[in-house]
Amino acid sequence: MSEKNPEYDFKWCPGCGDFGVRRALEQAVARRLIEAEEPIEQTVVVAGIGCSGNLVHLLEGDQPFGIHGLHGRTLPVAFGVKTGQPDLNVIVVAGDGDFLSIGMEHIAPQAQRNLNVCAVVMDNGVYGLTKGQSSPTSEIGMITSSTPFGKAEEGLNPLRLYLTIGVSHIASALSSKIKDMANMIYDAMEYPGFSVVHVQSPCTEYNDTYKILKGDPRKGIPGRAWDIADDHDPSSIDAAASLLERDGIPLGLLYQAEPNPTMDQRLDDLKTKARVLTTEQMVASYGV
Amino acid sequence: MQTTDFRIRIAGEGGQGLLSVAEGFASANVQAGYHAQTFATFPSQITGGPTWFQVRISTEPILSRGDQLDVLVAFNEHAYEAHKDEVREGGVVVYDSKAFQMEDNGSSLGVPFDQLGRSTGNPRAANMVVMGMLAGLMNMPQSILEEFVKQRWGNVERYGEKTVPQNIHGLTLGREEAIKSGYNLGELAPPEKPDYDQIFLNGNEAVCLGAVHAGLNFYVGYPISPATTILVWMEQWLAGEEKTAYQVSSEIEAINAIVGGGYAGKKAMTATAGPGFSLMSEGLGFAWMAEIPLVVCDVQRGGPATGLPTKTEQSDFFAAMHPAHGDVSLPIIAPGSVEECFYAAVEAFNWAERYQGPVIILSEHSLSERKQNVRKPDLDAVPIENRTVYHGANGTNGYHRYEPRELSPMPLPGGPGSYVANASEHDGMGDTTHLPERHIQMTERRFGKLKLLETGTYESDNTAASVAVMPWGGSKGPTREVWQRMTETGTADNLAWYYTMYLNPLPPALLDELREKELVIVPELNYQGQFSSHLRSLGVRAESITQYTGLPFAIGDLTERIEERIGVGRKEGVAV
Repeated sequence: MSEKNPEYDFKWCPGCGDFGVRRALEQAVARRLIEAEEPIEQTVVVAGIGCSGNLVHLLEGDQPFGIHGLHGRTLPVAFGVKTGQPDLNVIVVAGDGDFLSIGMEHIAPQAQRNLNVCAVVMDNGVYGLTKGQSSPTSEIGMITSSTPFGKAEEGLNPLRLYLTIGVSHIASALSSKIKDMANMIYDAMEYPGFSVVHVQSPCTEYNDTYKILKGDPRKGIPGRAWDIADDHDPSSIDAAASLLERDGIPLGLLYQAEPNPTMDQRLDDLKTKARVLTTEQMVASYGV
Repeated sequence: MQTTDFRIRIAGEGGQGLLSVAEGFASANVQAGYHAQTFATFPSQITGGPTWFQVRISTEPILSRGDQLDVLVAFNEHAYEAHKDEVREGGVVVYDSKAFQMEDNGSSLGVPFDQLGRSTGNPRAANMVVMGMLAGLMNMPQSILEEFVKQRWGNVERYGEKTVPQNIHGLTLGREEAIKSGYNLGELAPPEKPDYDQIFLNGNEAVCLGAVHAGLNFYVGYPISPATTILVWMEQWLAGEEKTAYQVSSEIEAINAIVGGGYAGKKAMTATAGPGFSLMSEGLGFAWMAEIPLVVCDVQRGGPATGLPTKTEQSDFFAAMHPAHGDVSLPIIAPGSVEECFYAAVEAFNWAERYQGPVIILSEHSLSERKQNVRKPDLDAVPIENRTVYHGANGTNGYHRYEPRELSPMPLPGGPGSYVANASEHDGMGDTTHLPERHIQMTERRFGKLKLLETGTYESDNTAASVAVMPWGGSKGPTREVWQRMTETGTADNLAWYYTMYLNPLPPALLDELREKELVIVPELNYQGQFSSHLRSLGVRAESITQYTGLPFAIGDLTERIEERIGVGRKEGVAV
């Protein structure tokens, strides 16, 4: 929303990681305006349902186009927008519950198609808007309102999932490191293919993991999140996989496939094989 | 002896080429200037299982498959037993004497179809033998079928030089068998070719042509009987600049993808059947809420759940109008014939663009598979509507796309007027809100736009009568045939005829007329009487005549039930 909208009363809780994601996304889009000279109305932000989805209403300044749709269905909508108008810059914003639980079935098809959209996933390991139930990325044993005696499932490793099912460009970010995240989102938008920027975006109300992620350097406590070393080769899927063998959460560009034809390019290529008839000719082909 | 009409049923197992006999025979007769309509019903499997096809040939335009068979072609004994009771007195049973034997009962003719077919040198000429026999029994000039064979297999590069003479030989062998038998069913009067151009196609093909004419440029779908042929057609023919057809990973992806496509300015569509339509519920509510133009074609099959994938039913009316939770009433256009499938598709897109929201084409299995000759549409005379696009000055500052209570110009991404298309209740620029006055405003806005669609036309006849019959969808043809028959026999003096394919919203003038009637009888293929229930909710004294067999109404049976209901004809009763 560009103007102050008194009607819009949704607020993220103080300290919510999603504030940082919003700022990073704004910066990435602003940089794109300057560097790619692309007007902001060429950008469409497709949001899911949850605290994260409200990001589309909370963007400040000039507004991109937005869609705030159904729980779990950001990717199919983005597929429709991008395939319908390939010139648009399409960004998905979704939470871990939205993207990885109810929406899981939609990730693999976009990876196989190499749909040229950028998904920014805000992972807080909990369903925040419904007041703190366990999510796919909550750890086993975690006590939440829906797992009063502990979560029975293993926590999902989303980065390993993306790598396994063929996402072309995978980056991992931390919501408090806004500048790094803005660069990652910018690069992901620039990358021709299906890209995911997976952000650790803690929920200060129900699953505050800031301290665990960052650690306490003064006390010599290492953070669970650590920066990927400069010598990592992101074009190597094996190198990416070996980073995921280490404990904790790597931050940075994990994997980037050599550019493959994108969905719209593939469709354009296939179209050249089709015979194009006018409607009149199609009707006439049924002539008696 | 001249007659106006022949009804032939070809029954056997899937995979025996029954379809090509029915469609070939129909096609040949249409080429000759007759009218033809096919009907197909089969189990949900590729080969085997009891399958039958019917073809009706007439000197007049055809309304239904008809009952009371002139010829039953039985490929096996089971087919004979299952269908013999529907052969009229004086009709003939033609059967494959290699498959089974039966005593000559004075109306049967056993011929080894396959053996005779193979004797032509073409192992697949059995169908030609059957067609030749049919032509012989009906005293049909050999030229009609020969013309068809020459057109169908005349491409020498593709079919070789022998196929045409072999097939013609097959026709001759079959005809000779029919003549030898001495059976004679009379003949059709010479055809009168209509003075307009015709096309010969099925209902799903007509939907496809209508959609393409309307400007469809974004199609996605997921395979499901009996809507798969629409996806396959689109993948082949929806081609060219800025046009996309694509098979997606589920019906959930399909509906959300066309929401995205419609939002981005495309004329977007998917087609499905019951189970897929159920999966689309939430997405249809999304399109209604966010005001996204799109079209969903539901080709009904027997339900609920997986139901009867290859049988016909009209049981999705409730689901089509109220697919989603919350206050939703989706526009529905339900074609009643192959020809109407074309116009329903065009109008569905026009409606979607006009009121900026989702529209349902409610077709059904019996239409999807039915091949029929229809008047070739004059495309220049079928108007196309496009949406009102926002070109105003508010570029990126939160355009109030949903602000007035009435329709407002729709912005397209890439152009001015950025807003959020929101599935949550929203304010003018699409931001989420919980204010009561907003929910009131937006709910009334969404329902108010339906007024823009109260433009549908309808048929009426004998309107002075106090009782009316009003079928919908594919029950139109059989009911119209019954009504005409009753008119001829004098039992329809107090029975008006009404019909529209615009089921929601109904044309207001039609509704006014219906409310005046003492009784409106609605023949429909479902248990609950779904459409009459809707009419009653609108203040019409409506009652259904229902059937839920997986098959369309039969003429004789429906005639009896209507006559019984209004107390005329053979049955005793009190007139309403």
